[in-house]
Amino acid sequence: MAVLQGKNWTNRKSYQKRNLWAGILFGLGFVAFLDETLFHQLLHWHKFYDKSTVAIGLVSDGLFHAFSWFATVGGLYLVADLRRRNALWHKMFWGGKLLGGGAFQLYDGTIQHKVMRIHQIRYHVDIVPYDVVWNGSAIVMIVAGLLLIKSARQNARSAEKLVLHAT
Amino acid sequence: MPHDFYISTTDWLFGMLALLAILFYGVAVFHSNRQSRLRKWPRRRIVLWVAGVLASASAVVGPLAELSHDFFTWHMAGHLLLGMHGPLLLALAAPMTLLLRTLPVRQARKVSHLLKSPLAGFYTHPITASILNIGGLWLLYTTGLFAAMHHHLWLHVLIHMHVFVAGYLFTISLLYIDPVSRRYSYRFRTVVFIAALAGHGILSKFLYAYPPAGVPIEQARAGAMLMYYGGDAVDLVLIILLFRNWYHSAKRQQTHIPSTTDGYVYSNETTQNAPAG
Repeated sequence: MAVLQGKNWTNRKSYQKRNLWAGILFGLGFVAFLDETLFHQLLHWHKFYDKSTVAIGLVSDGLFHAFSWFATVGGLYLVADLRRRNALWHKMFWGGKLLGGGAFQLYDGTIQHKVMRIHQIRYHVDIVPYDVVWNGSAIVMIVAGLLLIKSARQNARSAEKLVLHAT
Repeated sequence: MPHDFYISTTDWLFGMLALLAILFYGVAVFHSNRQSRLRKWPRRRIVLWVAGVLASASAVVGPLAELSHDFFTWHMAGHLLLGMHGPLLLALAAPMTLLLRTLPVRQARKVSHLLKSPLAGFYTHPITASILNIGGLWLLYTTGLFAAMHHHLWLHVLIHMHVFVAGYLFTISLLYIDPVSRRYSYRFRTVVFIAALAGHGILSKFLYAYPPAGVPIEQARAGAMLMYYGGDAVDLVLIILLFRNWYHSAKRQQTHIPSTTDGYVYSNETTQNAPAG
């Protein structure tokens, strides 16, 4: 019972989904925020508007931009909520963060940059290496996130077994 | 000089409205604080009200109003103050709560009936308020309305009143500070709010690419970016306030109703006490 309560596995397991979603939302919001501050504001690589943008690109960009604010703030309030319930599960949260952040970056780098052409990563340079690093790092984040989530689930299962043996 | 006449008329009209707004609120607070059975009206709210009136009025009275007549970027700064920043501050000052506790019971009941009427319910519905607010902006900037506004005084006054009222309705349809006719779920308000904010962002980028008739491209671009990021800044405050209320209400639900009220398990009693094997 000590192991179970020490790491509050019961709370974690009942709020498993919320831990994951808190991570996904915050990860998505944080990557969108980085995109805005780093690439738009500080480096001035991204353009506010690119003439080749297709109409649906404006809608997609608007929706994701709006959603990212809600996701950042909402994700952090979910973390506060999980803490209040003594159910915050860092490994699951980090798994979600990497998954959400990577998924958004991949969507941004492929659909938004390439298909909808809302803007390119940088202008007046050979864009290929930038695209490769951008989307490559997105895939690395997604894979790392999925592995963390899998490992977190395994931890929960072995903690359960430990309890079963103890009692 | 029709231009000067134009400015002085709106200065006078909106300036008087702003002064009256501060005066009425002050009288109501004074009146409310004299009643010993009531708690003192928080000073924070008085500050919020005065700041809200000044923010909104600064867009339509004085130098900013004059500049915004000729420069689109200044017009957009004024629009942010009049339609977003000001209304948020005013809503936080809870004017309806103050009115209800200042009025004699009979009149207060009448006002409360009015607030519960289907018409009030219609205008404070999150979707109606969003369409009035964001839809109104699309209409203003993508039709000839924006150019016409500079030639007709009545249209100028009407549009600025609309921007302000729609901004206020939008704020109170999302944040329940004063009593409202019907409370919609946090989830529903969040979804509507995301759509509205997206509509605002899309319009900003659209204006960057396709300026309203008669607006020089550099001014349109600076104005559009101000609209995009300025809108984000005010909306971030709204989102934090909305989610903070959600967070606290979830806590209340947890303590009062320890069951599964909306699909979430609020208590772990059952799982913890279950036999472990």
